[in-house]
Amino acid sequence: MNEIGTAAAPIIRARGLKKSFGALEVLKGIDFDVLPSQVSVVIGPSGSGKSTLLRCCNGLEAADAGSLEICGRMLVDRGQRLPENELNALRAHVGMVFQSFNLFPHLTVLDNIAIAPRKLRGLSATEADASARRLLDKVGLASKAAAYPSTLSGGQKQRVAIARALAMEPQVMLFDEPTSALDPELVGEVLLVMKNLAREGMTMMIVTHEMAFARDVADVVSVMDHGVVLESGPPMQIFDAPRHARTREFLQAVVTRGGPRRHEPKSKPVPLAFDDH
Amino acid sequence: MDFDFAPVLNGWRALMHGALVTVEVSFGAIALGCLVGLVIGLGRLDPRRRGIYALCSAYLTVVRGTPLLVQLFIWFFGLPVFGIQLPAFFCGIVGIGMYSGAYVSEIVRGAIQSIDRGQMEAARSLGMPYRMAMRAIVIPQAVIRMIPPLGNEFIAVIKNSSLVSLLTIADVMHEGQKIISVSYRSLEVYLAIALVYFALTNLTGFALRVAERRLAVGGLVQ
Ligand SMILES: Nc1ncnc2c1ncn2[C@@H]1O[C@H](COP(=O)(O)OP(=O)(O)O)[C@@H](O)[C@H]1O
Ligand SMILES: [Mg+2]
Repeated sequence: MNEIGTAAAPIIRARGLKKSFGALEVLKGIDFDVLPSQVSVVIGPSGSGKSTLLRCCNGLEAADAGSLEICGRMLVDRGQRLPENELNALRAHVGMVFQSFNLFPHLTVLDNIAIAPRKLRGLSATEADASARRLLDKVGLASKAAAYPSTLSGGQKQRVAIARALAMEPQVMLFDEPTSALDPELVGEVLLVMKNLAREGMTMMIVTHEMAFARDVADVVSVMDHGVVLESGPPMQIFDAPRHARTREFLQAVVTRGGPRRHEPKSKPVPLAFDDH
Repeated sequence: MDFDFAPVLNGWRALMHGALVTVEVSFGAIALGCLVGLVIGLGRLDPRRRGIYALCSAYLTVVRGTPLLVQLFIWFFGLPVFGIQLPAFFCGIVGIGMYSGAYVSEIVRGAIQSIDRGQMEAARSLGMPYRMAMRAIVIPQAVIRMIPPLGNEFIAVIKNSSLVSLLTIADVMHEGQKIISVSYRSLEVYLAIALVYFALTNLTGFALRVAERRLAVGGLVQ
């Protein structure tokens, strides 16, 4: 799978993707593209199917119909999901960051990051640890290598989770509301790490309610509602001139509910400067 | 009331030898129980694998639903009807071990299913196959949660092992009863026997508390 995604072909290409839970149709025929190095933000009301779409993209949910091509491989082909062993190989190319972090509590921060590369990429313990330390440095947590997750703040946990996903050298990163479980003052540090990833050219699909972040970092914003993509476009178009009434309603609701959170100002210097080194 | 502990003191060596047999039977049964419990517990994780699930559930309901003493008698007095005469010591360990395995299996299953499913999902999302995720991520966390209920189960096994005295096995109970049959000092001898079980069960409880503290890293057990 080494030629994956080298052409300008989409990293993620969904066509007519459908998914039901029992009688509830959660995805009603989704067409969706994420191009290489693109930052694709998905917004929409709770329950509209955003997480389900994301989870289909790494096979955590099996779609019922349609097709889904990830990194040049057909993950779902006319409703048929890839067999288990090929699915595992494909998942290694798709990093996932969860709302609730899901760090491994019995492993140190370093081992959280190094365990998958050691077991799956055939790296030696030394190589895996060295690469894990580089990633920890990148997310501003070099000093936390020996700590256990329970001793970290929410923002630190999510940065470790991002490093853990990056350790498999994925071709695309999926984020499912990565800052929704965080105290407001910890949101910025996570968004900053994501913004730097975007700057490095990482392909990203991000479900978030951070509208300021979306406006600032996204190449494309898509609005989901009741299992369909209402509209897609550049952030300016979606936020300033939405075409759908439902989009306007949703944006209105987000703003009146305390408004979009501010994140790191654009002027903030990048290489990262975290205060908890 | 006059206590006379002379028969206990005179039979001291026999009692200690019996205590050693009690330890051997208990240890064997606990080891077998853990093995059986792991297999049955893992077999009952996924009801969609119908055959394995049904087989393991049948084991659980039959073994848990009948008295241990009856099971021991079947092993020792029942099987010879088919020409299968197993040594008493073997029957004791296998009988108690398989009985305990039923309880251990529920401890194993309960602990594994209590681990947040986000753990499995995170491991799978990194590309780990199911078995690897289970071994490296889920089970190590589940083991720590198993320790307190396993402690109860091990203690129950030690106490239940007194039933093997009825299979002619010379455990501490059996040795004690031999002393009673010649001295008629029931109370004193039974007190001595109780003391032996008390020591063994509390030693086990203590060892498991130490193990729990050793294993609990990263604030998994508060
Ligand atoms: N595993 C599941 N079983 C049953 N229903 C589910 C499951 N996962 C999600 N749903 C339902 O699917 C709908 C969409 O969920 P989700 O994709 O999580 O939405 P969002 O992330 O946009 O809030 C919701 O109504 C939710 O209750
Ligand atoms: Mg969601």
